[in-house]
Amino acid sequence: MPTYLQMKNISKTYERIKALDSVSLSATDGGIVSLVGVNGSGKTTLLRIMAGLEEPDYGEVLFDDRKCEPQDLRQISTMVFQKNVMFNRKVCDNVAFGLRVRGYNKDETAIRVSDALESVRLDGFENRKARKLSGGEQQRVALARAFAIEPKILLLDEPTANLDPSNAIIIERAISAIIKRNSCIVILATHNLHQAKRLSDSIIHINSGKILEVADPKEFFANPKHEISNRFIKGELQF
Amino acid sequence: MFETILEGFYQAFVLILSGDPEVFSVTLRSIYISGFATLLSSLWSLPIAILLGLSSFPGKRLLRGSFNAMLGIPTVVLGLILYLLLSRSGPLGIFRLLYTPLSISIGQAILITPIIVSFTSSALESTDIDLRDLARTLGASNSQMHLAIMRESAWGVVLSIIAAFNRAFAELGVAMMLGGNIRYVTRVLTTSIALETARGEIAFSLALAVILMIIVFSVTLLLNYLRRT
Repeated sequence: MPTYLQMKNISKTYERIKALDSVSLSATDGGIVSLVGVNGSGKTTLLRIMAGLEEPDYGEVLFDDRKCEPQDLRQISTMVFQKNVMFNRKVCDNVAFGLRVRGYNKDETAIRVSDALESVRLDGFENRKARKLSGGEQQRVALARAFAIEPKILLLDEPTANLDPSNAIIIERAISAIIKRNSCIVILATHNLHQAKRLSDSIIHINSGKILEVADPKEFFANPKHEISNRFIKGELQF
Repeated sequence: MFETILEGFYQAFVLILSGDPEVFSVTLRSIYISGFATLLSSLWSLPIAILLGLSSFPGKRLLRGSFNAMLGIPTVVLGLILYLLLSRSGPLGIFRLLYTPLSISIGQAILITPIIVSFTSSALESTDIDLRDLARTLGASNSQMHLAIMRESAWGVVLSIIAAFNRAFAELGVAMMLGGNIRYVTRVLTTSIALETARGEIAFSLALAVILMIIVFSVTLLLNYLRRT
């Protein structure tokens, strides 16, 4: 039975600035939903609410028709941040963190860490200091850390921003592979339109905290319904 | 004067190498009393530091400011207040703690509380704010997140504890007023130095001062060495 994420009328304001204005969307497992939009459009705020890191001012988040509080969301989802954030520990300890706090035993943890590192082609990096790795390698560790806990909702905030093409390709392939293997809901925030076109099963265009368009990628790029979407695709909107 | 200083250093090495029993007992007592004070203070200071470093609550800035202000409290003033509290006629006189090693430990523990609280909370606050989000998004509970942040700032916490030990070990006012400098009971390195100086035994005072400094520097150097390895 497919899992189902719903956000209903989500609003969030930061110091009188409306980051999200009555946003509603839904996503099912087995595909990638891309959130596209210029910087400051509300993508990251939306992801942070889905991850349970922020509480919306209004609206609710439902998973399989059950209302979820932020602490519930933190147990079923995980987020990979745009900025590389590493614990000052070895790679294996970084990847094992989510498993240890969930109470997995040593053997299960070791197997999952090894599988997760292999999926991002970092096998053999277990005992390296995570903060000594390159930016691209750190982002792959972050992805492995998220994969290891096998979340029901995987939230990716610009995971390949500022990365070289080879690391970006490894990350994109790993994301595609994890969906086939674990069948989780993947929400990818990006302003890289080529990436959105390549990876997505569905595209949500968000602008000034509002959803403008939800469409199939081919449809979105060939025939955008909204004038702002058209200008965004042509690169006429300011970032 | 220069000769006196040289004589002091010479005597210090003679005292250390000959294993003078009184010097050794005073040194060990100093380590024991200040070590116990550091342990005692850590019991209440670390939870306060975690609260200040990782939580938000009304009055936090005021509480933090109060601890920062208390960093410079004169030891003799604290010693006097505690003396009045612990003396026979004072409110805590029934415990008969005055002129015991425990009274010095308690006094030093209070003296170093602002050091541990201020330095540790600063170390916790200065960890990357995104690490808290990272721990939470990986499923950590609040206490697990706090532990992870503590671990990230472990060296800052250890440094604050070492700084607190050194402060307790090298202070005079509390040890003198609460301990009374009783030979074989409450005499510690700093009170011995004060006594020998008053007696005119400058070289012997210097010898004790050298021992005191060797211990303070050794602790810090050992910490730096461990940090590098």
